[in-house]
Parts: sequence; structure tokens; C-alpha cells
Amino acid sequence: MKFTYETKKDTRSGFGAGMEYLSQNNPKVVALCADLIGSLKLEAFIKNSPERFFQTGIAEANMIGISAGLAIGGYIPFATTFANFGTGRVYDQIRQSVAYSGKNVKICCSHAGLTLGEDGATHQILEDIGLMKMLPSMVVINPCDYNQTKAATIAIAEYEGPVYLRFGRPVVPVFTPEDQKFEIGKAIHLIEGTDVTILATGHLVWEAIQAAEILEEKGIKADVLNIHTIKPLDTAAILASISKTGCVVTAEEHQINGGLGDSVAQFLSQNHPTPQEFVGVNDSFGESGKPADLMEKYGLNAAAIVEKSIKAIARK
Amino acid sequence: MQTQELKNVASQVRRDILRQVHACQSGHPGGSLGCTDLLVGLYFNTMKLAQDANGNVVFNMSGNQEDVFYLSNGHISPVMYSVLARRGYFPVKELATFRQLNSRLQGHPTPHEHLEGIRIASGSLGQGLSVAIGTAQAKKLSNDTSTVYCLMGDGEQNEGQVWEAAMYAPHHKVDNLIAFIDENGQQIDGPTEKVMSNRDLEAKYKAFGWQVLRMDGNDMEEVINTLAHAKSLLGQGSPIMILMKTEMGAGVDFMMGSHKWHGVAPNDQQLADALAQLNETLGDY
Repeated sequence: MKFTYETKKDTRSGFGAGMEYLSQNNPKVVALCADLIGSLKLEAFIKNSPERFFQTGIAEANMIGISAGLAIGGYIPFATTFANFGTGRVYDQIRQSVAYSGKNVKICCSHAGLTLGEDGATHQILEDIGLMKMLPSMVVINPCDYNQTKAATIAIAEYEGPVYLRFGRPVVPVFTPEDQKFEIGKAIHLIEGTDVTILATGHLVWEAIQAAEILEEKGIKADVLNIHTIKPLDTAAILASISKTGCVVTAEEHQINGGLGDSVAQFLSQNHPTPQEFVGVNDSFGESGKPADLMEKYGLNAAAIVEKSIKAIARK
Repeated sequence: MQTQELKNVASQVRRDILRQVHACQSGHPGGSLGCTDLLVGLYFNTMKLAQDANGNVVFNMSGNQEDVFYLSNGHISPVMYSVLARRGYFPVKELATFRQLNSRLQGHPTPHEHLEGIRIASGSLGQGLSVAIGTAQAKKLSNDTSTVYCLMGDGEQNEGQVWEAAMYAPHHKVDNLIAFIDENGQQIDGPTEKVMSNRDLEAKYKAFGWQVLRMDGNDMEEVINTLAHAKSLLGQGSPIMILMKTEMGAGVDFMMGSHKWHGVAPNDQQLADALAQLNETLGDY
């Protein structure tokens, strides 16, 4: 199957579109933001439902606590900010007041990973998937494009329990169907192949598709899965693919430590030991730069996936 | 309830606190004894609680159409557990399981084990006021006119999140909220004045936009009257803060006047000496 796209959009705008839908269709959804309304694309939600929006100012810890309190009162709070401030900065608030307390809070964060670009490493969190997936009961989702982010935003409002939804700032190809139904924890099989499994999440899914096309020119058939949900992991889909291919490459805009690749390795080592290569940031911080240049420098693009695929196949 | 009846309940709650902490040789008796009068006054007199047709309290997680109390300084769990059990939320005999394996009465309160009466985990300090504000705003959205209460410690005022919440509540006119600070003047490393002075909490909260009241938290009559006064100030655009002077260890002479009993359990003889000072009014578990 050949993947094409007509437009490029940012995944955060997909979140904004999902919130706009929820403002009109789910009266229990409330939104909170820590002084980043424009960055989180919340304008339409606020315009439609001003009484259901809470501006917290630059006070993320308080925002998480208020979200827990609103959830107790029967609302479905979407707490929003940049990924760095919505996870690492408030880890204990999420741990005690949301996860351990079992509250139905959705932590929705933009500007995850390297691709926020010029702001640099202070804002480029690459540890958030790991932090959030370690919390018992927390669902972790990293959709790949505008349409999927919109669908995921709508879907998590229907799910009862804490969720971390991660998305980003750059415009990226919109290649998944409009108005798709999003199933939490259900991987999407994108390309059929028998030589190597590529498991990608977030912005790296499009890069994985590009990689599969390059590999095909070399006579290598890649089996590509979009792992939009890192926790719970779709282990059945992963096992089915690896049973065919016998090797795997994981790809994510995140530290290798604690990321999707980590979860896959943990599962495979116990159930189906398999040669695995990792595309991710290798134990370093990011830096300022243009998104594409950063992804190139830190080895998070189609070329890196191709290289690791060839390496994985050689290890079979 | 009449003041004397409330005092009788408080005496039993103080016995429960000491016996819980003694049984597992762990927990925080000092602050628990100091806050006993407030929690008894709230749960047995002031708060409007959901009840069934027979007048027994019923626990609903949402707290819709009833008053909600949050304990932010979760380490004084013994007083919370005793008051909830004596009020009828769960069997009093369950107090015997405090801090033991497979108990719903964890060292610090949590809804994780589905203990009736507990809506949020607390113990990592500074978070309860934010949660209380969230529930107060949920009530406003739902046109629910009941009240949210939140107790914090004075040492807890060291936490930055408290001041984020203190700034937020008046800005958003959260005027269905009554908060308390237990001013016992002690924290783990010593007197609050020495460890990290709160200086003038009244001036601070007033500057943030709160209405501030004061009371002696160990005088049951004053507690009840101040709570009634605070309720009369609700709905006027500002949250209400009650600065509550208490004595750590209140009710047991040798536990008062120092922070020695913050997190120390009495031995057998000390328990006997303490219980001799407190009437068994409702029957020990």
C-alpha cells in the first residue's frame, strides 16, 4: 500500500479540533491550561464553552490537583500544557492525586520531543513516555498525525481512567483517514512485509513509512505497525508481526531509555526473544535547531530506520 | 449535636487515635490529637452529609449535593479514620487494621483500597487545597450549593503548590470553599518558626484575597461557632481561611507542648497513662 498526503498539519491542531468536537458533544469535558491557550489550540473549545475552561496561570502543579478535584465532582478534565511541564515538572502531583487516587484525568501535552525545535533542551522533553508509563494504571498515547490526534482526543473522553496524550508542534503529513475511530491499545497495521518489523509511534510513523519504501527499493519487505498506544501495548499485534519477520526496529521521538522500544524489549525478552534495534535518542539532551535538522542529527528519521533495519536483519 | 455530646465523641476519637498508633507502633498521634475537635465538629455537627432513609451516612465518590472534606496533611490519618468510622462510614473494628498488611487503612489515606469516606490520596504535602478547589468548581458548574472543606498543616505551608492554589481560588471567586491551617507551630525538624517561618499567615492570605478567621481549634464551642460564622460568609466572592491554633497531643498532658509526639507511638505504659485521661464514651473497638 502506498501512503500519500495532501496537507501537512501539526498534531496539536488535531488536539484542538478534538477539543472543539468535545465542547459541542460532551458536556462533562472541562479543559484547563497553564497559560498556553494558543499553543494548545484551545481557542475553539473556550469560545464554545467558556464556563468549562479554567485558566490556571503558570502553575502546573495546581492545575493537576484541580483536575483531580474536578474529576471527583464528575467532570472529565483535560489538563493541558507543554509535555515538559505537564509530566516531569508535576510527576508527584500526577502520581498521588491522579494515578494512585484513580482519577479520570486526561493529561494532554504538546511540544513533546525534539521537534519543538529552537526553544532547545529545556523544553524538549524526551523522558515523558517513560515517566508516564511507569505509573500504574496510566494509559500512554502518542498519535502520528492531525487526524489521529483528533480521533484520540475524542476517544480518551470515553475511556474512564487516567490518560497521558502526547503530541507536537511541527506540521507533519496528514495520511491517516479523516473521522477514523480510535481504539486505545490497538496497533494499526500499515504495511505488510516479511523481512523486518518496524514499530513506530508519533512523528516517527511517517518516517517508518518512508523507510519501508526505501527498503523496498533494496528488495527488503518491512512490516510496519503504528503503535499509537505505548501502554497498554498491543502485544498480540507485535507478536504476530515478529513471528513472520524474526527481527524488529522500534522508532520514537524519545529517549531509548524508558520508551516504546523498552516496552517492546521487555515483552519480547520474556515471550519471543528477537533481535531488536532502537531508533531513539541515546541518553542525551536535545538542543536548539530546526526540527528536521534535529531529527537528522539525533538519528530519528527514515534514513536511521533503514540503517537499523538492515542491521536487525543481519542479526537474525 | 450539643457541645457536650461533641466533646464526648472527641474523647472517644482520641482513644481510638492512641490505640491505632499503639497497636502498630507507628503513625502520627500528635497532630491527630490536635485536630480531633475540628474533625468531630465538622462531621458530627457542621457538614451536610449524604444519608439514606434511615439516617445512616452513605458514601458517594462524587460528593454531589453534600459537603466534602479533604485532609491535605494526610499523616494525621488516625483522626480521619476514627471520625469516619464513628460517623458510620465503615466498621469501627476496622480501626484495628491501621497500617497493617492488607488493610484499607493505609499509613496515609487513599481511595485506592476503596475506603468509604476517602476521595483522594494525601500525604505528599501541598496538594489537597488544589483538589478541594477543583471539587468546589465542579459544584459550581453543577449548581450544587454545598461546601468544600480542606485542612492543611502549618508546616505544609512550606510547599509552593499551596501558594499556587492560594492565588487561584480568589482569582476564580471560589467562594464555596472553607480551608483550615492547623497552627500547632511544629514540624518534623522542630518549631515552624525555626525551620521555616510562616511569618504572618493572616496577612499573606488576606493579600491573596481570602477572608481570614481565627479560632482556638481545641475549644469545641469556639470551633462550632467559628464554623457557623464562616458558613455565613460563603457566596460573597472569596474563599475563607480559618487559622486554627491547636496544641499537638491535645487531650493527653504528657504529649502536649512539644513535637516529640509528631510521629512516635506510645508504649504499653504510656498508652495506659494516656487512656486514663480520656473517657471511653462510645465503647472501644
